[in-house]
Amino acid sequence: MKTIIKAALGTALLALGASAASADTLSDVKAKGFLQCGVNTGLAGFSAPDDKGEWTGIDADFCRAVAAAVFGDATKVRFSPLSAKERFTALQSGEVDILSRNTTWTVNRDTALGLNFVGVTYYDGQGFMLNSKKIPGVNSALQLSGASVCVQSGTTTELNLADYFKANKMEYNPVVFEKVEEANAAYDAGRCDVYTTDQSGLYGTRLTLSNPDDHIVLPEIISKEPLGPAVRQGDDKWYHIVKWVYFAQLTAEELGITQANVEEMKNSENPEIRRVLGTEADTKIGTDLGLTNDWVVNIVKGVGNYGEMFERNVGSGSALKIARGLNGLWTKGGLQYAPPIR
Amino acid sequence: MATQDLRMGAAAPRVALLYNPRFRSIITQVVVALALIALIAWFVDNTITNLRRANIASGFGFLYSRAGFDISFSLIPYTNDSTYLRAIAVGTLNTILVAVMGIVTATIIGFIVGVGRLSRNWLIRAISTVYVETFRNIPPLLVIFFWYFGVISALPTVRDSIALPFGSFLNSRGFFFPKVIWGEGAWLIPVAFIVAIALVLFVRSRAKARQEATGQRFPVVWTSIALLIGLPLLAFFVSGMPATLDFPKKSVFNLTGGMTLAPELLSLYLALSFYTASFIAEIVRAGIRGVSKGQTEAAYALGLRPRSALNLVVVPQAMRIAIPPLASQYLNLTKNSSLAIAIGFPDLVAIGGTTLNQTGQSVEVVVLWLVIYLAISLVTSAFMNWFNARVALVER
Repeated sequence: MKTIIKAALGTALLALGASAASADTLSDVKAKGFLQCGVNTGLAGFSAPDDKGEWTGIDADFCRAVAAAVFGDATKVRFSPLSAKERFTALQSGEVDILSRNTTWTVNRDTALGLNFVGVTYYDGQGFMLNSKKIPGVNSALQLSGASVCVQSGTTTELNLADYFKANKMEYNPVVFEKVEEANAAYDAGRCDVYTTDQSGLYGTRLTLSNPDDHIVLPEIISKEPLGPAVRQGDDKWYHIVKWVYFAQLTAEELGITQANVEEMKNSENPEIRRVLGTEADTKIGTDLGLTNDWVVNIVKGVGNYGEMFERNVGSGSALKIARGLNGLWTKGGLQYAPPIR
Repeated sequence: MATQDLRMGAAAPRVALLYNPRFRSIITQVVVALALIALIAWFVDNTITNLRRANIASGFGFLYSRAGFDISFSLIPYTNDSTYLRAIAVGTLNTILVAVMGIVTATIIGFIVGVGRLSRNWLIRAISTVYVETFRNIPPLLVIFFWYFGVISALPTVRDSIALPFGSFLNSRGFFFPKVIWGEGAWLIPVAFIVAIALVLFVRSRAKARQEATGQRFPVVWTSIALLIGLPLLAFFVSGMPATLDFPKKSVFNLTGGMTLAPELLSLYLALSFYTASFIAEIVRAGIRGVSKGQTEAAYALGLRPRSALNLVVVPQAMRIAIPPLASQYLNLTKNSSLAIAIGFPDLVAIGGTTLNQTGQSVEVVVLWLVIYLAISLVTSAFMNWFNARVALVER
């Protein structure tokens, strides 16, 4: 019922909301005084409230980085927790200014849904988890024929699951939930044999189960899941700002600019660092974007560079302990690569 | 009026027209209708403009493309290669299935509990009261959670299934029972059943005619039961018992083979039945109480036995009071079935939601939701109105 109401509200906004979805998001955000950010209702490492009620995770921090670039203050963000089903309507109708909710970039979402993905903040892939105590002897996804699989509705995961079992001529019984929490609870209660979502999500979910050590993540990765923030189409200025905030975080890591040393880096002699941090004479990079010239300084001061954000939320500094892998910089064998800031 | 007539001179008849009540009411209605049409047109236009500006595809064409997701429970053949249209049809049928099953069960439980609340036996009365007051005062969502997480999840796991008679099993994954696989010549059985129904109707009308003519009674109920069970059974043996049973067997993960009532369907069905039954019980009680005591006494005075008095005098009159509010409860049950989404039963809302998210066609899907629920509800109320008219008091 709640979902219907939410969907209907979103639809009503589409019908009425001429002002809400106006084409100048930057002015709207500045006028409001805060950034409205759509995040997951609770996925450890990406966006989940901590014990003090503060939103933590890569997705939440990315919104903070955008707020830092716009306002010079990373705290000027309000978070809207959204289910997989609500997320696109929320963005389309102007309820949120940016959707940063572990969302997979696909061509359909870029075209038919009217979204623009700004980049890939996390390279992920779909995997399977099962309870090795209850179901011993299964160590490959190809042995899963006949299993009940818990999955979240309205995700690419749900479609990949169908494709994978079909391609391998296996049968399964989907148990589909609307919210992550419901799917987790059902898997923990033994309703399903297997839980499937993006691998990072599996590691995050495992921490919340009653006996985390009993559960194993199977080695197969059955899909590409490039996760990234998205904005509405039709507002190139805002699209560029959000895109370059992401590139700025990557560039900062590449140049070794961190939260700790950003102030002293301002005095650096290196022309590239001076250009990025806006200390070059007569620089116009920040103002051309519609921001101030010290936008990168604000981002790095607020949330750090990409590597710091990664390690703090999902990497060695977190309970998830996920290695950089594909998410390492291109200089270190990963896929994260930013076009030059000049 | 008169002064105006004088001032307007030649235009007097038109002024009269303006003050003509019929003319005025037509004008008002036309204006309101035009305003309504303009409002709707503005809504539609604004939606289309906004969708176009946001570069969102629109239209119902998406219904014919491949759905790509699987559905755990379906009454009609469905695979991930089927269309979105078929997926929505699966959801609609699942909603109707839960509604019909729930309505039947809720009516039976409600009737028993309602009569129980009027029982002379203190214990039966007390139990019925506790039942009504408990279920009536809990939100339906919690009743669903109670059955799903409290009762069915608490059953043993697949490995330690409770074995029941006839090769069926009960565990936290649902109720598993053997599936009948019909062989050749099995068509005789449904045919025999239809013949039996025709015979029952014939016997009923003959028995009634005979009772009205001669006063002699015929055991219609027992004959009907014998016909309805006996004829198909006879057909089954005559055609050489063309049925084999497929028993559920244990495999690596689940029990396979046979038929399954999944926990989602089971808990939704039980929760809606038990929840709505508490309201129906009160409606039944009100209906029976609404028949004045004089009616019962008059029936007794005519020499009817208590059971006949209840069946022939009290219940028909109580029905007239009970049916209109009963219709509302049936509609409520149907609409409450949308709470299925909380436990993952693939009903219309759940599948519509998945479709909405996979295609992004929110306006279209919401319109489909509204139209389908409206259609189901209108059909239900049309049927209940027809039934109400049938049992209504015919004044002679």
